[in-house]
Amino acid sequence: MKTDQLINLLSTNLEPVKRGETKRTLTWTILAGGLAAVCLMLATVGLRPGGGWFISGYLLLKLLFMLTLIGAGAALLAKLVSPGQDGRKLYTVILLAFLAVGSVGVCALVLAPPAARDQMMLGSQWVTCALCIPLFAIIPFSALIWALRNGAPTNLRRTGAVAGLVAGALGAVAYAFHCPDDSLPFIALWYGGMVALCALLGAMLGPRLLRW
Amino acid sequence: MNVSTSELELRALMISGLDGDAAAHRTLLENLSSRLRGYFTGQLNRIGRGPVEAEDLVQGALMAIHTRRHTYDSAQLFTPWVYAIARYKFVDYLRREKASMRDLPIEDTKEMTSSDNSGHVESSLDLERLMAGLAPKVRKAIQAVKLDGLSVSEAAAQCGMSESNVKVTVHRGLKAMARLIRENRS
Repeated sequence: MKTDQLINLLSTNLEPVKRGETKRTLTWTILAGGLAAVCLMLATVGLRPGGGWFISGYLLLKLLFMLTLIGAGAALLAKLVSPGQDGRKLYTVILLAFLAVGSVGVCALVLAPPAARDQMMLGSQWVTCALCIPLFAIIPFSALIWALRNGAPTNLRRTGAVAGLVAGALGAVAYAFHCPDDSLPFIALWYGGMVALCALLGAMLGPRLLRW
Repeated sequence: MNVSTSELELRALMISGLDGDAAAHRTLLENLSSRLRGYFTGQLNRIGRGPVEAEDLVQGALMAIHTRRHTYDSAQLFTPWVYAIARYKFVDYLRREKASMRDLPIEDTKEMTSSDNSGHVESSLDLERLMAGLAPKVRKAIQAVKLDGLSVSEAAAQCGMSESNVKVTVHRGLKAMARLIRENRS
């Protein structure tokens, strides 16, 4: 085939393109994915027993941590699906969020009496936490991959990693409404750790799932 | 023509094309095809591949630029967007060719000029074969709208579909063709 033939084909009866659709799709995908994760939480582990979930300052802290990651991650994805853009500042935001939570967790642990440290790190349900966050992240992750495939990501590993991060953070938001464990080291270790794991899995799956 | 004028001109053409100006889109694609040819020929030269492969890559990149043009944000520069797509397509090509790369002759990298205008070279892609890879309904819509140049309403009447259905089908069909082009050599 000659290239002129292809150009003919592509420019015959050209349709105008709607602007801003990629970003809108991403926003809706994140909202819908978050909602799906919350529904899955309600259907499986349920809200925190005793109804104490809405007054806990720890809940706000967990949400703040995760919403920072979701916000920065969403802004990054909007750049990553559009070739030739980069968003270095946003990586710094993500890194700082992890560093801040990590160092606060370590400080709290150091200041605590040695006998209480195990309880602070493991809480009462670390296994549930470690299982639920990735589990709740599956639907948001699939939805994000679908949305990103409509874009044009050129760095597939990085795009996959950020998609994993956002999905993991959405899973963690859902889990936070169940989570009975209120301690800073717990948040740093299990919330931070599991979301980072989701990002790692996303980085591994990205090149396979996002090719175009 | 210096770099910034070409950026301004290409960007203006791209934006008109996004608004539905077919002539601007055609001029843009023609202009880009010679730039892409220069880029891919240069890259392939180093690994001892010829003009046919370059033309395959040019066409794959044009197809990608066309089907992904909604990802161009008109507030951004246009040249980095195109370059990132071309580079991605080249890296993708290398990855898929990796297995056969080992037994490449390195010696015949001689008489390749850096000429951009070898538009007479045909790619290894065959339009009829690409079309044959599409579902019948999609093929019919693309034939009517993109090859026979019927208007969307005429095509809708001919294919027995609604107008919006024709538009969506053509759009999906082009994406499917882009995929077929990509898989051509693997």
